[in-house]
Amino acid sequence: MREAWDMMLFVNGAYALTIMVTVAVIAWSWTAMRRAEARRDAARGEGARGQ
Amino acid sequence: MHGFANPARFLRLARWMTPLLLAVGLVLVIAALAYSYTSMPPDRLMGDSVKILPIHVAVSWLGMGGWTTIAIASLVELVWRHPLAAIAARAAAVPGAVFAFLCLATGSIWGRPTWGTWWVWDGRLTSMLVLLFLYFGYIALSGALAREGSSSRIAAIFGLVGAINVPIINRSVVWWNSLHQPPSLTMGNSAIDAVYLYPLGASTLGFSCLFGAIMLMRMRMLLADMQADARLRRKAMMAAEEEFA
Repeated sequence: MREAWDMMLFVNGAYALTIMVTVAVIAWSWTAMRRAEARRDAARGEGARGQ
Repeated sequence: MHGFANPARFLRLARWMTPLLLAVGLVLVIAALAYSYTSMPPDRLMGDSVKILPIHVAVSWLGMGGWTTIAIASLVELVWRHPLAAIAARAAAVPGAVFAFLCLATGSIWGRPTWGTWWVWDGRLTSMLVLLFLYFGYIALSGALAREGSSSRIAAIFGLVGAINVPIINRSVVWWNSLHQPPSLTMGNSAIDAVYLYPLGASTLGFSCLFGAIMLMRMRMLLADMQADARLRRKAMMAAEEEFA
């Protein structure tokens, strides 16, 4: 017997997963970039004070 | 191309390209997915599950596109010794792996109501899973080499050798029997109706912009880390010299 699927359940799952993972990787990359650039600027500042 | 070999010139370009790609990508993806979710008509065979098409196909292409980017950057690094090529290859690995994972996950979710199973060990799905594992291997290898300060040439060779999997994924549905359908889009021909094709085009363009934005963010992060480490090393050497003087 063929099962009757609620297709929207699967559609909702695919959309939710894609949106969550995409937003998470963007937020992670943005935060990591800002943190690394702040560290570089701090190192540059320390270098300038040392000269 | 060697014009961009200068990190300062690259950073000037990346500073305005990153938010631009991010904004354009978000607008296109939100518009394409909102239209697909609310207004895309059900398919005769697949019903409403066809709404997964603009996500699954776009992320699948980008999963393969990510490794193609790694392979091209690796070739540029090995042949022309372009200083940013190794950074570009490393930066493409994370978004590539994320899109390859999303391809497998959304494909599995789509497969359950249309094929009646979450997973089959056929050519397409297995070669895509191999691609995800190759990404994991590449990320681990390139990260370890960078931490040890070793040459990135081994990672570049790995990137080039792994590229053999990309045409295998592409042709797998033609070479082997599979539950997965054969290609619906070939050069100049489309078996997809315009009502599904245009949202797919918009989501592909949008996800490509997001891929580019993530890659630029990760390139900027890797460059900033390298510059900070170099400055701190130089400072430590100067302090040591002053101590001995």
